[in-house]
Amino acid sequence: MNLEIPNKIKPLINNAHQVALSVFRPISRKYDRAEHEYPKELDTLSSVLDGMNEGDPDSGAGAAQTGKGRGKEDDGSVKNGANMTTCLGSLELAYGDVALLLSMPRQGLGNAAIAAVANDEQLERFGDKWAAMAITEPGTGSDSAAIRTTARDEGDHYVLNGEKIYVTSGARADCIVVWATLDPKMGRNAIKSFVVEWGTEGMELARLEKKLGIRASDTAAITFNECKVPKDNLLGDPEINPEKGFAGVMETFDNTRPLVACFALGCARASLERTQELLEESIEYDYDKPVDNASAVEAELYRMEAELEASYWLTVKSAWMADNRQPNSKEASICKAKSARVGNWITLRCVELAGSIGYNEDELLEKWSRDSKILDIFEGTQQIQQLIIARRLLGKSSKELK
Amino acid sequence: MAKDAVGYALTALNRLAGSGLVDRMGMRRLMERMAYSLTKSGFRVITTTARAFQSSGKLGKAERLKAPGVTRELFDLNITDEQQMIRDSVQSFAEEVLRPRSEPADAEARTSDETRAAALELGLNFFAVPESLGGAATERSPVTTMLVAEDLAHGDMGQAVAILAPMSVANALTRWGNADQQSRYLPAFAEDQPPAASLAVAEPHVLFDPQQLRTTASKSGDQWVLDGEKALVPLAAEAELFLVAAQTPDGPGVFIVEGGTEGLTTSENPPMGVRAGGMRPLQLDSVQVPESNRLSAEDFDYREFVDLGTLAWCSLAVGTGQAVLDYVIPYVNEREAFGEPISHRQSVAFMVANIAMELESMRILTWRAVSRAEKGLPFHRETHLARTLVKDKAMQIGTDGVQLLGGHGYTHEYPVERWYRDMRAMGVMFGGLHL
Ligand SMILES: Cc1cc2nc3c(=O)[nH]c(=O)nc-3n(C[C@H](O)[C@H](O)[C@H](O)COP(=O)(O)OP(=O)(O)OC[C@H]3O[C@@H](n4cnc5c(N)ncnc54)[C@H](O)[C@@H]3O)c2cc1C
Repeated sequence: MNLEIPNKIKPLINNAHQVALSVFRPISRKYDRAEHEYPKELDTLSSVLDGMNEGDPDSGAGAAQTGKGRGKEDDGSVKNGANMTTCLGSLELAYGDVALLLSMPRQGLGNAAIAAVANDEQLERFGDKWAAMAITEPGTGSDSAAIRTTARDEGDHYVLNGEKIYVTSGARADCIVVWATLDPKMGRNAIKSFVVEWGTEGMELARLEKKLGIRASDTAAITFNECKVPKDNLLGDPEINPEKGFAGVMETFDNTRPLVACFALGCARASLERTQELLEESIEYDYDKPVDNASAVEAELYRMEAELEASYWLTVKSAWMADNRQPNSKEASICKAKSARVGNWITLRCVELAGSIGYNEDELLEKWSRDSKILDIFEGTQQIQQLIIARRLLGKSSKELK
Repeated sequence: MAKDAVGYALTALNRLAGSGLVDRMGMRRLMERMAYSLTKSGFRVITTTARAFQSSGKLGKAERLKAPGVTRELFDLNITDEQQMIRDSVQSFAEEVLRPRSEPADAEARTSDETRAAALELGLNFFAVPESLGGAATERSPVTTMLVAEDLAHGDMGQAVAILAPMSVANALTRWGNADQQSRYLPAFAEDQPPAASLAVAEPHVLFDPQQLRTTASKSGDQWVLDGEKALVPLAAEAELFLVAAQTPDGPGVFIVEGGTEGLTTSENPPMGVRAGGMRPLQLDSVQVPESNRLSAEDFDYREFVDLGTLAWCSLAVGTGQAVLDYVIPYVNEREAFGEPISHRQSVAFMVANIAMELESMRILTWRAVSRAEKGLPFHRETHLARTLVKDKAMQIGTDGVQLLGGHGYTHEYPVERWYRDMRAMGVMFGGLHL
């Protein structure tokens, strides 16, 4: 048993931390105010990061790096691989700014889906592209099996019809991984994902949302109207397979949920550290007094730090399980649910503890408390994670425990 | 109207008459080995007289176990094959012996001799005593002890405390004792009839802080004189050996006090839970111990001494939390209301999910702190955070466990009410144990 981060990952963590402090933080407020403006500083950054990733493919910091160690032989030894490094790198970047992290070219959630299920030919074609992910529709979000966007089989291509909303980086990405059903009557097993490239006829940007937080990240509504997509752009098995259709597409989440947990952890750590700095003169914070003997504000800080620390190690654990090819659906949901609610609580409480200083735009505390809210919503809300955890624990189907 | 002297005397007599302690000890032993006095605070008994601990003279210098040889660079939650074997046997002991005995042990506020004898068969004490003193320990093993505590508490927290307290004293002596203290006291723990033993840190006043002890130790010639009162001391009535924390002129110190020493008494004040641990107050009334009985080896660190106790309690809370989770899952699946299993309702199912989430949080923080302790890395911050989180979550799990069983959960028909009482201990305990 060893619960320490290995030294070999530390340089990557440090690099990401430097990016957070030197690239993200200085422009954090600027793009929070200038919603929908593209943070052009990210282009330079992403080529720098590409350089780093090429040097050591195991230690990238983007969503595209997750997965179950594809193609590598399993020699039975313990691994601290791509899932862990990606998580820890993302945490540091989120410590800088979650919204800017979400806006990083070629690190979209669509890239994670492609990394997880694309075949070699598709990897070749889409590997270098920036891919967003479009599941949510006006009529359904949590209940992703109820999507209404259709894909009609027309021989050498599919024709997509429907409306997708809340697509993160939807307008900025090169292509969108779209969930659509081959046959609405066939239920969840008929749902497939399709890579649709911008420029495809029939695909249109409807609008960009104005939001509570993560304003630097754009959130697009996209319509598909008789949109023709090549056959080869379907990811995974084209057959409607009752055995493992839907479960297959859902598996991506086991890899991306720990990432979202890391976003929450980074954002919350930023808030907590800043609040401790602001409170420095007013507290005695040396882990000496039992929490009930500490002042109210010290006790609250101890509790926040303890919750943050627990969430952090639960997240590292679920990434470690993925690296070691252990099934981790439950753990991925646990770390996502825990980190997101703890993160939201911490960021909001920090604004409160900092008083009027925390509530205005001189400090980033108020921004972090707005940013953190989305992390308990997308990639499965708190309640959806609890459903997943509860069903697994209780051995219940989605029909029994709705 | 306030109680007067007659009132106090009556109260004390009443307690004496109703005392399980006196019955259990038997009149003969009472005559031979115990004395009692009628005081304002009720009746007290002298602690059990210690055997003659004689130095084996085996050690030239203190034994210190090293961190485990294989220090891994990678993050790894796997345990060793040896640890797995130990877990397997401790788990079946907890399930077959402790769990069925948990209700009577709670009622009697005592872990039976048979249970303790059976626990000895597990050979746990051997892991606490270095090889050179008759044990089997070759390297430091807080992680193994933590896993053992977790698994014992899955059976029953109270009995786990009774089993772990002597091992804790051995652990502490192995970690902090000097050569003479080790050769005098440790070999007995590897014998067939090891002494009952215990650690006394907590004190009976509100907002107790282990760094601010009111029990004092002052120097008188070549003796230390201890005065004060300790609370919630496991096995206080039967222990032959205590490690007592007291404030000295140079900060908090820990003293080896043998049972039966003059001025050392215990009384009855049954705690709300963890009752099978035999936790009682321990009074020190000008108790004299030789100068050499202070744990004063150069590497003694009082904070770590306390922290290793706190982490033992965290481990117990994790085990009991796991017991709650394992118990409520089949219960909520089987119990029906409004025409379907109650687990089909989200407010029930989500409570179960939250128990699992917070239990994992408790466990991972505890593991993190203990794994650092084993490696020899600083672990005070980690212990502080673990305690802060574990005490809150443990109690939440305790109370949710009862809630999920409704009125049934409130009765002794089901174990959840005991777990509720046990879990409250986490928030008030300091010392008593040592990983
Ligand atoms: C900024 C932003 C970015 C996003 N990015 C993306 C993206 O890139 N790609 C994408 O596909 N989607 C994205 N989303 C959509 C997001 O994933 C959904 O909003 C989310 O899954 C919830 O769906 P919903 O909004 O339809 O809420 P609903 O499903 O309508 O849920 C409403 C409330 O009901 C609760 N609820 C729903 N079902 C249950 C149940 N069975 N039991 C208990 N409670 C339940 C939910 O927890 C929630 O609190 C984004 C959203 C936002 C705001």
